[in-house]
Amino acid sequence: MLDLVLQAFQTLFSPEHFPFLIMGVLLGLVIGVFPGLGGIAGLSLLLPFIYGMDEVSALATLVGLVAVIPTSATFTSVLMGIPGSSSSQATVLDGFAMAKKGEASRALAAAFTSSLFGGLFGAIILTFFVQIARPLILLFGSAELFMLALFGLSMVGSLSGKSVIKGVVACGLGLIVGSIGAAPATGEYRMVFGIDYLYDGIPLVIIALSIFAFPEISELFRKDTAIAEGAQLSKGGWTQGIKDVIKNKWLALRCSGIGTVVGAIPGMGGSVVDWIAYGHVVQSSKDKSGFGKGDIRGVIAPESANNAKEGGALMPTLLFGIPGSGSMAVFLGGMVLIGIEAGPSMVTKNIDLTYTIIWSLAVANVLGAGLSLFLAGPISQLTRIKFSLLAPFMIMVISFAAFQATKDMADLWVLLIFGILGIFMKRFGWSRPAFLIGFVLATQAESYLNMSVQFYSWKMFLRPGAIIIFILTLISVYFSRKGSVDENEELINAGLLKQINVKPQLIFALVVGVFAIFALVDSWQQSFLGGIFPLVILGIMVPCLIVLIYVFVKNQQDKPEIFDAELVAEEGTFKAPWYEPVLWISGLYILSMLIGFIPAIILFFIFFFTYKAGTQWLRTSILTFCGVVLLLLFSYFLNLELPQGYLIK
Amino acid sequence: MNRKLIQSIVLSLVFLVAYFGYKTFGSGSSEITTENAQGEIVVNEDYFSGKNIQWIIPFKEGGGGDTWARYNSPYFTKHIKGNPVILVNNIPGGGSIKGANYFADNVKPDGLVLLGTSGTTQMPYLLDDPRVRYEYNDYKPVMAYPTGGVVYCSPDLGVNGIEDIAKLKDIPLKYASQGPTSLDIVPVFSFDLLGMDVQTVFGFRGRGAGRLAFERGEVLLDYQTSSAYLKNVVPLVDRGEAIPLFSFGALDAEGRLVRDPSFPDIPHFGEVYAKQGHQLDGIEWDTWFAFMSAGFGGMKLLLTPNETPDEIVALLQEGIEKMKLDPKYKSTKIKALGQYEQVTGAAASKIFDLATKVGTEEKEYMKGWLRSKFELNI
Repeated sequence: MLDLVLQAFQTLFSPEHFPFLIMGVLLGLVIGVFPGLGGIAGLSLLLPFIYGMDEVSALATLVGLVAVIPTSATFTSVLMGIPGSSSSQATVLDGFAMAKKGEASRALAAAFTSSLFGGLFGAIILTFFVQIARPLILLFGSAELFMLALFGLSMVGSLSGKSVIKGVVACGLGLIVGSIGAAPATGEYRMVFGIDYLYDGIPLVIIALSIFAFPEISELFRKDTAIAEGAQLSKGGWTQGIKDVIKNKWLALRCSGIGTVVGAIPGMGGSVVDWIAYGHVVQSSKDKSGFGKGDIRGVIAPESANNAKEGGALMPTLLFGIPGSGSMAVFLGGMVLIGIEAGPSMVTKNIDLTYTIIWSLAVANVLGAGLSLFLAGPISQLTRIKFSLLAPFMIMVISFAAFQATKDMADLWVLLIFGILGIFMKRFGWSRPAFLIGFVLATQAESYLNMSVQFYSWKMFLRPGAIIIFILTLISVYFSRKGSVDENEELINAGLLKQINVKPQLIFALVVGVFAIFALVDSWQQSFLGGIFPLVILGIMVPCLIVLIYVFVKNQQDKPEIFDAELVAEEGTFKAPWYEPVLWISGLYILSMLIGFIPAIILFFIFFFTYKAGTQWLRTSILTFCGVVLLLLFSYFLNLELPQGYLIK
Repeated sequence: MNRKLIQSIVLSLVFLVAYFGYKTFGSGSSEITTENAQGEIVVNEDYFSGKNIQWIIPFKEGGGGDTWARYNSPYFTKHIKGNPVILVNNIPGGGSIKGANYFADNVKPDGLVLLGTSGTTQMPYLLDDPRVRYEYNDYKPVMAYPTGGVVYCSPDLGVNGIEDIAKLKDIPLKYASQGPTSLDIVPVFSFDLLGMDVQTVFGFRGRGAGRLAFERGEVLLDYQTSSAYLKNVVPLVDRGEAIPLFSFGALDAEGRLVRDPSFPDIPHFGEVYAKQGHQLDGIEWDTWFAFMSAGFGGMKLLLTPNETPDEIVALLQEGIEKMKLDPKYKSTKIKALGQYEQVTGAAASKIFDLATKVGTEEKEYMKGWLRSKFELNI
């Protein structure tokens, strides 16, 4: 084995192959920076070149591209609170909180060091396990996958905040929203209201952007300070970040292990791995008070897991020809195009190619993390820019990212609607991670439950794998009782001294209640198998919601359920009403529908800069020009579409 | 008017004029007109030169349909006269309905936008799904590409092949399916016609997931399309971990069902069905044959509207025939696409007709069967 490994190493580093790896890495870094663009966009750019290449060069390019996307996706997660990829959602919680405290470069440095660590760990595990992984992967049947989904859901306990009831309702809401579309067990359509768009369910990218990025953008808009609100950018944060990872090396190791295992299980998908890692670090830490408010461990955990995931995900991709994640599907497609058949042959007659892939993965991680580390310091300066100058760019980026989900104008409207939901969840202290975990796991939990009941009936609980994962779930629930992350902890404590007007919260809870009734009526009309899952969820969620409404109606001010960030904030924090950013963005979307996205963004930039940032004509022109050129370049080179207008095509 | 408003309006005008000016005169491709003064499309040998052809694939990147288009595109560029650049445009959604609808709503008969459909696209059309706005009768094929599929089972069932069908019928089996109106109609309907006791479990994403369930031992019966079967199931068969039962067969030049050339040793469904004492006519057989042709016989179709001038289609088809002689195409095709030939001209039309023109009786029979089998309301 060793000689094969070394031989692959030599081949990869030969002058005719190595430049291709670098090319893949550079491309992956550039694409990864833009949220919503993953390996898919990269592949379409690469394909024309792949044809002329030999197998090794083509594989090196593809792996280089795929491997570093989670690395550079960290930039927007930390600096702007925009989840850069589906597996860096959890990074936002503490990473962005650190950026607000002026510690962006420390957070980034720690993130990239962890990425490097996780990526190498994944590659090492892959090297030693690829030959024997086949039977191990087959151990995960539908019963085990269902238990894993439950395990993922148990993380809600640690992330639901001071009020468990609100956490349960938020998670339930996520599960219900996630069950919109075709029922896995029967194919019936749930809650689609005759809208074509909803038949496939709502895309995760859009939910992640609207629940995390949208409320942050709206809040910064209203505060109109820089992201690092007045705080000094700390000196020496960069080296501190690297030291942080060294200090927490065991944590990084554990989370890399989690990432590799979850990645290697086909059918789990990469979008939950960061939450499991994040839940793990919260549960395993003695001092939980800093999480959600800028604890460096909250950055190290998800970032080491999401790079390790790619190494794990390569196992089912190579061994079974079954992609372990979205970017792996594209990688697999690329392999077919260069004439390599994924399958059992990858560990027999094509083992040399497999080792080439592994080496590419390892080297790509080193290159990617190294380059990103190099850029971390300078890019952190972005957090000092006055937000009104940055806002149009961020709004452009999230709209562009959302539109890439299904290339439908409805993408933007869904972003807006759930963005408003996110704004109120943030304001009233409803756990957004709980919502997102529910959303991500809804389909998996339901379809694997249905499968395992049909395949094993009650015997699913006798399978050793299922029992082990179930015990892990119980342990996780036990630890989550010892404290839960709440980004508003200090405000809640402050709020207890103040009388809070509960009316806005009550209205919000009632709106959620109306949605729950809709869901209830809809599930009732489905067949048994099509409706049972949402009914059970609602059966848990609705009583909690009723308790919540009761607390509001009775105005029990001493309960942690009552919270309103708006009312406990200091006077003068918010310079604009909550709906102002929503109106600006709605205006942009209405214009896009009429005259197309690019003309609309031109008008949006000019009016926003002139009125909100108060810039003069020269500065307005330069900023607008930069924004539009950036957009045009990206859509041109990646052959991406933008919304077309009805009036002007 | 205040200063801010004037500044915004002036700047907006400048930028919009600059942008639309750039769009109209600046960038290359959009200014090439395909029409003469009378609005007719002018076709000559250079028709495609300097142009882009958009190939709409109503599936996600990385899937079978996507790979098919992307594999072909560089050869198209090389061999079609004028070397048009092929842009693969993935519009996934609604099990391929969304992308095909997009084509229906936006296409012009100029050969610059083509739709690549698959068996999955044909199924909702044939079953009159209300969301379908595309109409195959309005299109004609540029190229067609058939495939096949093989049903196999686990040796744990104690059978050696389809000759033990009597034994197989007595065992309750499970089948991992993507959904009742997917391409899985064909295998599940086949099991039903053979009198097998098969329960379908839905919710699997793709045939790959079904194969994994087979390897895990959760299901003991599965099918794969030809290329997946060759890559991933043949090794199992060689190790004695899977037993082939029957293939769905292939259509010959006259449109008759014959043994699949990729699997000459595996009997096709018709043989097995006949051995059971059934006649190869009657509504059940006709329905099976119609849906098999739609799902596998015409697995991949490349379409353009009927009004597209024949000269344009001829230019495309000429290029495709030239591509098939390209030594690099010849040497890589089997690995990328499988054994079957991508055909044009009369052969393509034959496949197209079989795949998309299903009689009302057969449609209604299939709908009735789906309703009773899955309590499906269609």
